[in-house]
Amino acid sequence: MERKVVIPGETICEGEDYLPGENTEKKEGKIVSLRYGLSEDQNGLIKVIPLSGVYSPRRGNVVIGKVENMNQNGWIVEINSAESAFLSVNEVPRYVNKDAMEEVFKIGDIVIAKIWSIGKRGIDLSLNGNDLGKINDGIIFKVNPNKVPRIIGKEGSMIKIIKENTKCDVSVGQNGFVLIEGENIESEVFAKKAINFVTENSFVSGLTEELTKWFGENKQ
Amino acid sequence: MVTKFKRADGREVDEIRPIEAKVGVVPSADGSAMFKSGNTIAIAAVYGPKKMHPQHQQNPAKGQLRCEYSMLSFSVSDRIKPGRNRRAMEISEITKWALEPVLMLDKYPNQVVDVFINIIQADAGTRCAGINAAAMALAHAGIPMTDIVSSVAIGKLDKTLVADLTKEEEDFEEGEGPTDIPITLTHEGKVTHMQLDGKIGVKQLGEALDLAKVACEKVYEVQKKALKDAIDMKNGGEK
Repeated sequence: MERKVVIPGETICEGEDYLPGENTEKKEGKIVSLRYGLSEDQNGLIKVIPLSGVYSPRRGNVVIGKVENMNQNGWIVEINSAESAFLSVNEVPRYVNKDAMEEVFKIGDIVIAKIWSIGKRGIDLSLNGNDLGKINDGIIFKVNPNKVPRIIGKEGSMIKIIKENTKCDVSVGQNGFVLIEGENIESEVFAKKAINFVTENSFVSGLTEELTKWFGENKQ
Repeated sequence: MVTKFKRADGREVDEIRPIEAKVGVVPSADGSAMFKSGNTIAIAAVYGPKKMHPQHQQNPAKGQLRCEYSMLSFSVSDRIKPGRNRRAMEISEITKWALEPVLMLDKYPNQVVDVFINIIQADAGTRCAGINAAAMALAHAGIPMTDIVSSVAIGKLDKTLVADLTKEEEDFEEGEGPTDIPITLTHEGKVTHMQLDGKIGVKQLGEALDLAKVACEKVYEVQKKALKDAIDMKNGGEK
């Protein structure tokens, strides 16, 4: 079945061969969409990929956020979702002097962290992992969080092309923030242009080839 | 006995005004839509789901919907005072009731979805245009819903039922006078909202509902097309 745009309440397909996946529902033998997006068939499992909407946090997501506040036990980080996230001192893999917590992160600092749990009490962040921690250099900008998977590409293929062609280090937070660290501003701006090209053409099939072509046409 | 009823703008009795719709008209909103029916134009913008403020209104069981309808001061020929008034508050609440049954907000506890409806040009049927625009804007904002609602006003001029009244027709004074029945239906055909201003018999009310079903189907097709056209699959990207 071909990918197509569906609206809420629209019947995607009929029959017993299909199972309802994400953002869909089975109603009287029909698979009905519950969200506005693209419908996709994965061997009989029908799901709808949302194209718009705010970021909804999930366990395991790597996010980029801003320290909003701090207390005795850690930092409150704003991660572009309805609920602010909490980064506990126990989840920072270094010694933290509780009397001088500003030395680690102060209000306004940008951190890259991982969501390790989402519970009733809120979202908890962790810095245990590779490439997590405070961000010191580079440029940060926001993209539509629904397009993040496209920027990363299948097994990181898209981001790899961008990194190779711009010689910049690119980190994409699932919450829609992108961090670019390069040798100079020009290369960082060029990488930003490349990412904007991906988000603007996110429905094109074979986008990795298109991006390679784009890099051929556009030199920094 | 068939008497031909002539309407001022030459429409058939069951014919609605020409409609146009577009999504993504407010770039800074999470979802937005414009709905135009004849000379009535409504713009809806959706923000959220986001944390509910004030905090005491938070509901830990499910998310909430908040609607605000307002007619801009230049939307009618006599300038109206902008801001909240008795009528706008009623329509805000009515819009909320019309939209709430299709929304699935259980996954957003303590959160709120804000819908702002602005009428930039009014020629009767503004609440219907507002609901139609809001339904599209909510879908555009990626809010999970079971269906899309469509709304239309059915009127009774003297003894004849007509679809989608204009302001001129609403001011009709002869015979039994005008009756205005705004109706909102899901695509499945369930009624989520119905108001009645005037007087009508039970039998004729049933006929009005049947008329609304046909008219809402036309509205739904336009809403559906607008949402689908917002994404250009062939050339890639949003228009």
